[in-house]
This record gives sequence, structure tokens and C-alpha cells, in this order.
Amino acid sequence: MCLAVPLKVIQINGKDAVGESLGIRRDIRIDFIKDVNLGDYVIVHAGFAIEKIEEEAALENLRLIKEVADALE
Amino acid sequence: MLWNEFKKPKDIEKILSALTKYDKEIRIMEICGTHTVSIAKSGIKGILPKNIKLISGPGCPVCVTPTERIDDILFLSKNKDVLIATYGDMIRVTGSIDGTSLEKRKAEGFDIRVVYSPLDAVKIAQCCKDKEVVFIGIGFETTAPSTAIAIERAINEGVNNFSVFSLHKMVEPVLRKLINMNDFNIDGFLCPGNVAVIIGEEGFRFLEIEFKIPSVICGFEAGDIIYSIYRLIQMRENKDFKLENEYIRAVKQKGNEIARNIMNKYFEPCDDIWRGIGWIENSGLKLKDEYIQYDAVKKFNLDLNPYKNNDFCSCGEVIKGKIDPRECKLFSTVCTIENPKGPCMVSSEGACAAAYKYSD
Ligand code: SF4
Repeated sequence: MCLAVPLKVIQINGKDAVGESLGIRRDIRIDFIKDVNLGDYVIVHAGFAIEKIEEEAALENLRLIKEVADALE
Repeated sequence: MLWNEFKKPKDIEKILSALTKYDKEIRIMEICGTHTVSIAKSGIKGILPKNIKLISGPGCPVCVTPTERIDDILFLSKNKDVLIATYGDMIRVTGSIDGTSLEKRKAEGFDIRVVYSPLDAVKIAQCCKDKEVVFIGIGFETTAPSTAIAIERAINEGVNNFSVFSLHKMVEPVLRKLINMNDFNIDGFLCPGNVAVIIGEEGFRFLEIEFKIPSVICGFEAGDIIYSIYRLIQMRENKDFKLENEYIRAVKQKGNEIARNIMNKYFEPCDDIWRGIGWIENSGLKLKDEYIQYDAVKKFNLDLNPYKNNDFCSCGEVIKGKIDPRECKLFSTVCTIENPKGPCMVSSEGACAAAYKYSD
């Protein structure tokens, strides 16, 4: 049911959209996300995008991991 | 691609090697079935020392559905006017009579369809006007909003031959139940990232405030999981019992309000039964009275089976984290992926399926 991999939004038509990852396309619904734009990345669960992933937040996420690793030295 | 870095972040080796040196026993429960699968697939269990125990919890929706409700669905599926639309994971789960499943019913000629989204079920209802389409709504807070959207679509488009058999459940009540059991012995929780996307960090705050159990909301890549396990150990070592959010790229403090609002518009909490556990107060989601005509249980006047707790297998113990799948006497002898006996083997997110497929 759950796709942990974010899909890139490549088409939007109202609340219907198409998401893509590694060349595989899926029809998705974007009812739960405000302001989706082409090129955004979303997490999809049972055909519905449940959240948009911002690049900035992902970088912050990696920083968090690095911080803990650095403290180990 | 940035997202792939979480599979193996540059810095994870250092954290992993610190973990392999940890020598105290710690018992960590991953609540979510998707975590169970990621852990098994990535081989994390094999790399970690045996004293770091990863235990699967009650987070596979198919597995926590009791046999009684499977029987109810199987009963409904024999109604010639009914077409059952369900996610694929449900169709091989057997009821109390060995061997009966939706898959069997389909082979017997009853109309059972696998759908990927609840909206597909509404579409089927629009095409097959001579059938009553019943969607089996299953899953935690992550999927309940999607079921709500399907009901809304049916209302807006005047689709009257569509209803939902709701098996939807919520995570907080079952965690409270587990924690309050006398033999509860979990030192830290890996909290389900996908549920947290909807209910937010705040949805898991009670673990910190009321129970002081180290907990990390965790993403689904190997890097996320290794980092989170390390943080749980650090919290325990420093006696700093709190809730952290590792999955900040997806989980907001307050979660997804749009999804929660639509879920709360159509559903309300109800007492519900869980496999191997029994009744848990306000742990399920049922349709509100105003939407009764979309509630399959009311529409077909179903007399739901009372809770009997006569499960023939050990799935209940697996769900509660009391036994490892390999400790079930049916595991890999009688119960296999090819011929599963219990839902924990049927479901792709089940702990037994993960242990069977990825065992070394
Ligand atoms: S091995 Fe099969 S019967 Fe035993 S607990 Fe797992 S799913 Fe249930």
C-alpha cells in the first residue's frame, strides 16, 4: 500500500496528477496537498499523495544524520 | 537524486559501527509494517549485534484485523448482488474455516475486485450499476482519509450503490494498550513515519509526556532506520526519554490537516477488536451516522460476529511483539508464503512474511 519513495509530479489536472519515479508513472490524487506544482516531490500512499517533500527539509534531514555521525569522532 | 541518499547516507557507516559495539540488551519495537519490510530487506537485523532486538509491532493493518471480521466479509461476499472491492493484500487472508478467503470466493464465481485506490471502487460502482459495490476500508490514519475522499466522491456524484466496510484503526489506542500490559518490555519505539505524516509529531507526543518511552518518528530508508536506532540507544544511555522526529523531510509538527479534516468529517472513533488483543476502546473508525447509507454494515444489516478469540495461529502473539515469527510452530513448515495460514504471512507487510522472505 505504501510507497516510501517520493514521486515527482509530472502532470496535474485538477486533483488528478501523474507521479514518476525511475521511469515508472502512476496516476495519483493530490487532494491532501496544498499548492502542488510540476516538479514537486510527493509521498504516495494507496494512490494518494499524503505530503510534499521539500528539498530544504531533506537537506536538513541529512544534516541531522551527519551531526550525530560527526559527534562520534 | 537527493532522496536516494537516505538509503546509505555518507555518514551512516560511523553510526553503524558505533551500533555494532553496543553491548547492552535493548528491545526496540518498530510499530509499522513498512518498517518491518525495510528492516528485513536491507539486512539491518543481520548487521546489528544480537543484543539490539528489533521487534515487530501491531502496525500491519491486515494482520491486526481479527478472524471474526474476515468471516463477516466472507459472509457478505456470498451475496450475489454484492461486488467486493479490496486492496490486494486482503484477498488471501483466511477466515475461521480453513481455506476460505476472498480469493477462493472469486474462484467460486463471486465478484471480487482488487483496487489500488478507493476511488477505483467508486468508478466500478459507476459502471456496474446492477451491483452493490463494497469497498473494504483498511489501514491506519494514513489510508482512512483516502477512504473518506471516496465516500465524498460517491456523495457528490450521486453514486448510491457504493458503501464501505470500515476496518480502519488508529495507532495511539493500541500503543496505549500494549504499554499498559503487565508484561510490556519495550525500551524504545520506532514510530511509523507514514502515520505521523497525517497525525504529526503531536500525535505521538503522549509517548514522551505520559510514558517517558524513547521514541523516534522514522523514515523508511536504511539510513533513517539506523540513525533512529542509534538515537534510541543514546536516549536510553543518557536517560533522556523523549520523542524525536527523524523524518523531518515529510513529517510536520501538526501533520497533514487537510487529510485529517476530511477523515474527521466522515469517520468517528468506535470501539474495535484487534487480532490477538481483543476490544480496545475508541481504537477503530466508523462512518458517522449522517453517512449511514455508505456504511456497508448498516446497509446490509450485518450481524457482526462477536469476539471469540479462537485464532488457530500465533499471529496475535506476533502482533503484540511477544514472540518472533520463527517461534510459531507453523512457521515455514505448515505456514509459508506459497501457502500462508495466518495474516502475518499473507500480508506483504506482515512480520512472518518478512521473516520468511528475507531470512538468511
Ligand atoms: S507463521 Fe503463520 S500461523 Fe504462525 S504466526 Fe506467522 S502467519 Fe501466523
